[in-house]
Amino acid sequence: MVPLSDTTTDTPALPGDGLRDGIVQRMRDAIGADLLDSLVKPGDDVWLRVSTSAWRAAGLALRDRLGCRHFGFLSAIDWMPSPYGRGEDDPTQPAPERDDTIRQGYAGGETRLQVFARVVNLDEHWGVTVKADVPDDHPVVDSWIPVYAGANWHERECHEMFGIEFAGHPDLRHMYLPTDFEGHPMRKDFPLLARMIKPWPGIADVEPLPGGDDEEAPAEGASS
Amino acid sequence: MTDLAERDQLSYIAAQAADARLNVELETEGMTLNIGPQHPATHGTLRIIVRLDGEQVVWAEPSCGYMHRGYEKLTEVRTFPQVTTLINRIDWLGSFANEVPFILAAEKLMGIEAPPRAQHIRTILFELSRIANVSLFLGDLGVQLGAVTPVFMAFRDREYVLNLIEAATGGRFHPNFDRIGGLKDDLPVGWIAETKQVMRKLRTFCDEMDDLLFGNEIFQARLRGIGVIPAEVAKQYGLTGANLRASGVDYDLRRDQRLPLAYDKVDWKVWTHPDGDSFARCWIRLQETREATKIVDQLLDSLPSGPVMAKVPRIIKVPEGEAWVSTENPLGEMGYYVVSKGDLGPFRVKIRSASFSNISVVPWVLRGVYVPDIIAILASLYFILGDIDR
Repeated sequence: MVPLSDTTTDTPALPGDGLRDGIVQRMRDAIGADLLDSLVKPGDDVWLRVSTSAWRAAGLALRDRLGCRHFGFLSAIDWMPSPYGRGEDDPTQPAPERDDTIRQGYAGGETRLQVFARVVNLDEHWGVTVKADVPDDHPVVDSWIPVYAGANWHERECHEMFGIEFAGHPDLRHMYLPTDFEGHPMRKDFPLLARMIKPWPGIADVEPLPGGDDEEAPAEGASS
Repeated sequence: MTDLAERDQLSYIAAQAADARLNVELETEGMTLNIGPQHPATHGTLRIIVRLDGEQVVWAEPSCGYMHRGYEKLTEVRTFPQVTTLINRIDWLGSFANEVPFILAAEKLMGIEAPPRAQHIRTILFELSRIANVSLFLGDLGVQLGAVTPVFMAFRDREYVLNLIEAATGGRFHPNFDRIGGLKDDLPVGWIAETKQVMRKLRTFCDEMDDLLFGNEIFQARLRGIGVIPAEVAKQYGLTGANLRASGVDYDLRRDQRLPLAYDKVDWKVWTHPDGDSFARCWIRLQETREATKIVDQLLDSLPSGPVMAKVPRIIKVPEGEAWVSTENPLGEMGYYVVSKGDLGPFRVKIRSASFSNISVVPWVLRGVYVPDIIAILASLYFILGDIDR
């Protein structure tokens, strides 16, 4: 009556760096110049950036040619530094000057918004993070539903939180927010109102620490 | 790895499509049924809207958002050490397990690693969270299928595990015990002997559940062959954890990736099941609880001495970079994509929670099933609402 398990207990060898360089090369073979940039951290992880128009083609290539059958997640990043900082400003004072240059992360980029997704090759035990720029004036990318059916909900969430349209998505209804909610909460210029209306209480007890910031912290509870 | 035969997958999909088509062709008047937001089968407030034709579901859609707390936004105004307080509350039944991948991601960006003793204790507490979480699932499963006794046993035995977590961390549900670079404290005196005793109790509990539930004819009739998810569909929808392994996919992040945790130091087994039905999903969780007790026992025997905290600066600034770390949480793969700009707090944190992806398969899997099976399938998929909505 007890079903039999068909697992093995021996751990397969984890992929090394040659494999990650190989992933980039295989992607370049598959989509050519649409692979705009890549970053390999040896023995750790790999990032790819593809052109916006090739977003779906990149997904198909990852799924069919690189064997990434498992869909991890899909989301977006707003690279604009928050105009409100970390919400610790005194609302009665004029807002301080802030650096508002947009600096994209790994594998570069040109736009403020980027979509990124994680897909996994379950047989060889590696995953890849793939990014694509989203045009600032017209934030639309192709939907990944034909590639991974599970992208449906992730794209809905991404749509309401970042205001990115997914062309070909059948049903971009709100997932979490009320239907008539205006704005896109995860964008950096959307204020976190709870932090805006009164000074953050945590700021009150910040005082210079003895020995400077870089001193090693004593073990917690050691002084008591 | 055993995939379901492709022929079986196709015939299953065809049968579901035919059922749906039949209802359209006959133009029978359907009805819409709301399950929830408050329903004992939903572990929180999830509403599921199903459109029925007679006793059969033709369309189903979970409606999330009743518990959305905006953690991804909130992390952007917190410092790194403050974030653990928030993410403790994502999957509230296995809180400690939520902290680990985030802390590991921060440590990865900082280029530090916790001392071996801290890694061991992290792994032990991680597995205790799994036991606390899944033992409640096993009891709750009984309630949802009409058996009342198992849930009392589950609450009784989970309490022992929660007492252990409380003794070690100070918090029953929200330990907030993990620190960047190690742990807040070492284990209390007498904890190891106590834990070994509790692990014996939990193994007895698993045997009881095996007898009471999994050997029960009604239980099997309610779950066997119900809600089959073929391996390819499971991968497409990003199912993880027991739900993926129950579809015959041999993938477990504890074994299949290299993280500074102590899983490579113990002897344990990753269970899979070829069926992909509700029974398989529940059965995998039962076996995983047993394996977890074995992992804890072995780690307690091989606990290294030494400090539980690495040398870290007093004020933690995480260097610029991006890191993705995910672990095999009780509910499935939980991961954090952390983007740091060299500041006190993260620039962006994408929280990939297991239940969100696990439950996104519900519209697919509920199509064509009968009303009583809805609850059985939802119970077997096992989700925590905080883990869906974040």
